[in-house]
Amino acid sequence: MNRILNFIEKAGWPRVIIGIFLLSLFIVAPFVRVRIDTSISDTLVRFGMNGVMVLALVPMIQAGCGLNFGLPLGIIAGLIGAVTSIELGVTGLLGILIAISIAIPVAIVVGFVYGVLLNKVKGGEMMIATYVGFSSVAFMCIMWLMLPYKSPNMVWGYAGAGLRTTISVEGYWEKAISNVGSFQIGNYFYCPTGMFIFFAVMCLFMWFFMRTKTGTAMTTVGSNPEYARSAGVDVDRMRIVSVILSTVLGAIGIIMYEQSFGFIQLYMGPFYMAFPAVAAILIGGASVHKASILNVVIGTFLFQGILTMTPSVINSLIETDMSEVIRIIVSNGMILYALTRVVKVKS
Amino acid sequence: MASLGPLLKMEGIGKTYFGNRVLKNVNFTLEKGEILGLVGENGAGKSTLMNILFGMQVIHETGGYEGRVLINNREIHFENPMNALEAGIGMVHQEFSLIPGFSAAENIVLNRESTRYNILVESFGERLKTLDRFKMKERAQAAIEKLNVQLNEETLVTEMPVGHKQFTEIAREIDKEQTQILVLDEPTAVLTESEADILLESMKRLSLLGIAIIFISHRLQEIMEICDKIIVLRDGEVVEETVPAQTSIKDIASHMVGRNIDSAFTRDSENLDRSSTKPILKVKNLWVDMPGETVRNVSLEIYRGEVFGIGGLAGQGKLGIANGIMGMFASGGTVSFENEEIILNDPRSALSKGLSAVFEDRRGVGLLLEEPISWNVTFTALQMQNKFLKSYLGGLLRIRDTRAINECTRYYIEALEIKCVSESQQVQELSGGNQQKVCLAKAFATRPKLLFVAEPTRGIDVGAKKVVLDTLKNYNKKYGTTIVMISSELEELRSICDRIAIVNEGKIAGILPATSESTEFGILMLGKVENGSESEKAS
Amino acid sequence: MSKDIFTKDNLQHFLISNAVPIIFIVLSVLAIPVSRFSGQYLVQEMLIRLSRDSFLVLSLLIPVMAGMGLNFGMVLGAMAGEIGLILITDWNIVGIQGMFLAMIISTPLAILLGWMCGAILNRAKGREMVTSFILGFFMNGVYQLVVLYGFGKIVPIRNPQLLLSRGFGIRNVTNLEGIRKCLDNLIPLNIGGVSVPIATFIVIGLFCLFVVWFKKTKLGQDMRAVGQDMDVARSAGIEVERTRIISIVISTVLACYGQIIFLQNIGTMNTYNSHEQAGMFAIAALLVGGASVAKATIPNVFLGVILFHLMFVVSPMAGKYLIGQAQLGEYFRVFVSYGIIAIALALHAWKRYKDKERARRSLRGNA
Repeated sequence: MNRILNFIEKAGWPRVIIGIFLLSLFIVAPFVRVRIDTSISDTLVRFGMNGVMVLALVPMIQAGCGLNFGLPLGIIAGLIGAVTSIELGVTGLLGILIAISIAIPVAIVVGFVYGVLLNKVKGGEMMIATYVGFSSVAFMCIMWLMLPYKSPNMVWGYAGAGLRTTISVEGYWEKAISNVGSFQIGNYFYCPTGMFIFFAVMCLFMWFFMRTKTGTAMTTVGSNPEYARSAGVDVDRMRIVSVILSTVLGAIGIIMYEQSFGFIQLYMGPFYMAFPAVAAILIGGASVHKASILNVVIGTFLFQGILTMTPSVINSLIETDMSEVIRIIVSNGMILYALTRVVKVKS
Repeated sequence: MASLGPLLKMEGIGKTYFGNRVLKNVNFTLEKGEILGLVGENGAGKSTLMNILFGMQVIHETGGYEGRVLINNREIHFENPMNALEAGIGMVHQEFSLIPGFSAAENIVLNRESTRYNILVESFGERLKTLDRFKMKERAQAAIEKLNVQLNEETLVTEMPVGHKQFTEIAREIDKEQTQILVLDEPTAVLTESEADILLESMKRLSLLGIAIIFISHRLQEIMEICDKIIVLRDGEVVEETVPAQTSIKDIASHMVGRNIDSAFTRDSENLDRSSTKPILKVKNLWVDMPGETVRNVSLEIYRGEVFGIGGLAGQGKLGIANGIMGMFASGGTVSFENEEIILNDPRSALSKGLSAVFEDRRGVGLLLEEPISWNVTFTALQMQNKFLKSYLGGLLRIRDTRAINECTRYYIEALEIKCVSESQQVQELSGGNQQKVCLAKAFATRPKLLFVAEPTRGIDVGAKKVVLDTLKNYNKKYGTTIVMISSELEELRSICDRIAIVNEGKIAGILPATSESTEFGILMLGKVENGSESEKAS
Repeated sequence: MSKDIFTKDNLQHFLISNAVPIIFIVLSVLAIPVSRFSGQYLVQEMLIRLSRDSFLVLSLLIPVMAGMGLNFGMVLGAMAGEIGLILITDWNIVGIQGMFLAMIISTPLAILLGWMCGAILNRAKGREMVTSFILGFFMNGVYQLVVLYGFGKIVPIRNPQLLLSRGFGIRNVTNLEGIRKCLDNLIPLNIGGVSVPIATFIVIGLFCLFVVWFKKTKLGQDMRAVGQDMDVARSAGIEVERTRIISIVISTVLACYGQIIFLQNIGTMNTYNSHEQAGMFAIAALLVGGASVAKATIPNVFLGVILFHLMFVVSPMAGKYLIGQAQLGEYFRVFVSYGIIAIALALHAWKRYKDKERARRSLRGNA
């Protein structure tokens, strides 16, 4: 009993409230004729889709670089990998593999530059990251128009050039990972086993990394950079490593998202993508300078659960679509809460 | 109500912090226009005394004080510093309290600006009054006039030399019409000699205008020159009250550092017979750019296996030596350890050669407050020496060996008597003394050949102090580790060190065996007379 | 010789500290001929946009003075203004009276929102900008909740043309025909085929005088002190928290008026987007004008509005004639507006970091 109380105290009230809210949505669902199996299935799918992108935030938070509002940079790297893979016309798992293996080097280069920039603006990372993300999305809008992709499935039919806003991956690698070992129960319940395995592998990778010498040093840099320096750690290097790791995971994360979603969204698509991810990890109990893999798992589940359940349940309940508003209030409210939490006395 | 008594009278003042007595029965009086010199070592109780006079929050929060403070024979109880200001006590702190982008005039009248009425005040309140810049300038000029210094009231603070900042601050206190008592805390410490002379002149002028001054300084020369009365504090007691004519710098110095025989730390006689003179660490012409602890030119040799002490007053640079050698602040010069040169400005270099340090800034540099004890203890060893790592996949993957980490931590928890729930407790939940022990454990875990320990007993209680000092002593004896201890408390150094160097103004003023008379150390600390250090070196 | 170096140094310093406006001037000079716009058209456009946007941009000045950076929370004021406009449209009060009524209605709301914003920012000292930025998003959600679900249900709306077909919630586009250009055309003036919204400029001019006067008040002085060093200001007895809140309240109320002036010029309102754009464009314009997070002046405002909007008008056409795609110019200007904020913020943070280092070094004493 004590442990439960302890857990609530540790979790903080926002997480508990959101958890209870989600639970009540599931309880109410059958009464308003929302199928519970569909709901759970949808929640699980969205959990798997978004998990890696939320995981991408962990290294930078741990290294003291704050919430990575510059996640669109990683997403752009992933998009480049994805469209190039389609241009090559490779299908199935191999297609995804190619997408990822193109995306990773791009993400490393972009992440390195981004990391160097963030090292120059210590203390103001979050705001600058946001606008670096925004402007890079806008810059890529120009590039999507100009880059010489040719595949007729991707370019505008009438102009013969310039990528479309939404590109379908159907026929290439739609659900290629999700469907590995997936199963269907009845008509409504689908479990994307492969995606879960992939997410678990990623989490495990992160878990191991955080326990290596480098990972330990990274956490220490975030915890107290002066301590780390006195122990012989190169603080700036560690921060760059964390940014690169975050960007790479962002790239992999978006590919994961697309293969499950079935579409690649270009142009302004990645614009706001950092915010739901940031909200998710914060709901999971992370703070601006501490995050764990458990935070990622719990947070993604709760946040995606609410996103899945509110449209169906609330709509049926009050016959008005309020899901968008609830999403905005919950996600930004969560970020706001994290930013204004009184920082413990550090001196 | 003509005042019969003195302007300020402090009567039987005493104060304890958490059962630690820092002031005991302090009595003194201050007349109108008198300059009182207040001297004492760091920690003698000067700042606590001034905090009481100012009604600082920290005094109330720790249970108030004993005795009475009287101004014009009326007992006063200040709730906060604002009350003290209203009662006419002005204070100029060591750190400047000026708005950088404002001119001298704007700073002098800060939050007491002259204003003019306008109609909007009726609906939006006093703060919408417009500033009367002309009058503000006049007031600033008048205050500067009283000080009799060259200071343009239009100059921005950012563009001022340090001395002018100091004058601006004093002018601010003078501009307050009610100011009768001015407390100057080490005002000359940051000034050049000529600036200091001007300041002393101004102080004399102010005293002629009837303002009483409490002047705190380590420069005894200045105290002798301008004070009407001198009070020496030691261990929270007034040990001497005198006038300059009846004393000498040497006298004051010995009063400051002299201690009763029943000092808390008695010396082990066995330490005395060590006489190794093989240098392990050679320092030549070291300079370190550490804010507030600048090292200008230090050359030293430290012998293998000894306990070496570095003392001196705060701000003279003794802390900078360790920080510079360990690569924490920009530095230059040559440092060699066991005849291998240490690359400065790179913490890895010193660490990899087997040096280690416990820094004075425990919470800032020394600890990961939000991490468990085990991390704190083992991190440096893990990073620098690849200890506590377990290999997987034939060495491809190496991750933290939690069990080894916990075992090692438990060992130190027991050895150093760290009071905690378990090795995974967060360090911020520990008391100061136990945090200090964690710092020591961190250094010990790297098995250093030479260990710097800076201010190891600062801010911890007497019991813990003893454990820390004993631990160092035993560690030195058991492993033959060379220890360099840096401390402001001379007695502490004398209790465990073999030799003690005294640092003054960023240079070594002299190195003496720990058994020397405390007066000798005192004279080195105070830099004595202008060319004192030179003659010391020569002899 | 040494004098030469001195001036060269000065020039370099000038170029670096004004890099952003200089880049914009160069870009505009290159893009104007390509866009094939006539001079008269551009002058007319710039006048319209100056009258439309200046007030919004000016509302950002006071928090900068108080050291709170760029007030991304100004969108809160804009929301308050929009609510006022929706209400007067519903009550069908037109013309200049309607506009004034909208201002009167939204003022208490703006004060309330500003006070809330200031109180929240006091809890996030040192990261005011990112917090006010997120607060803008958060309040956007609340605004939607109120306007999309509350209006027509809890707040009575009589005019069915304002409401969505379902009977409650305001439509995506609100027609402000009733107050369209009521201020701009209050005093008609036409110079050589270019119409000048003289009344609006008078209002803006008065506001500039207000800012200049405000800097000379005790409150303004306190704000400057708080902005430069909170601890020193506090030890001098200035109520730091209260002063900061007041600065945000003033900014929010002014942003509210600014948004009303902006929308009376446009004549229609994107019920759910107008305020977000207002914040983004105002901040970008101010930065383009050469302001930084720590220093912003009235000339920065006007220069910024002109340069930013010149780019805005010119780039799609330039893109069209240059590469044959207007879309490209469109994206380019989006890229530029976000990029300029990113660069300006990064330059400022970098400079602050350097300054801190320099300040540390100056403590070295005379070694």
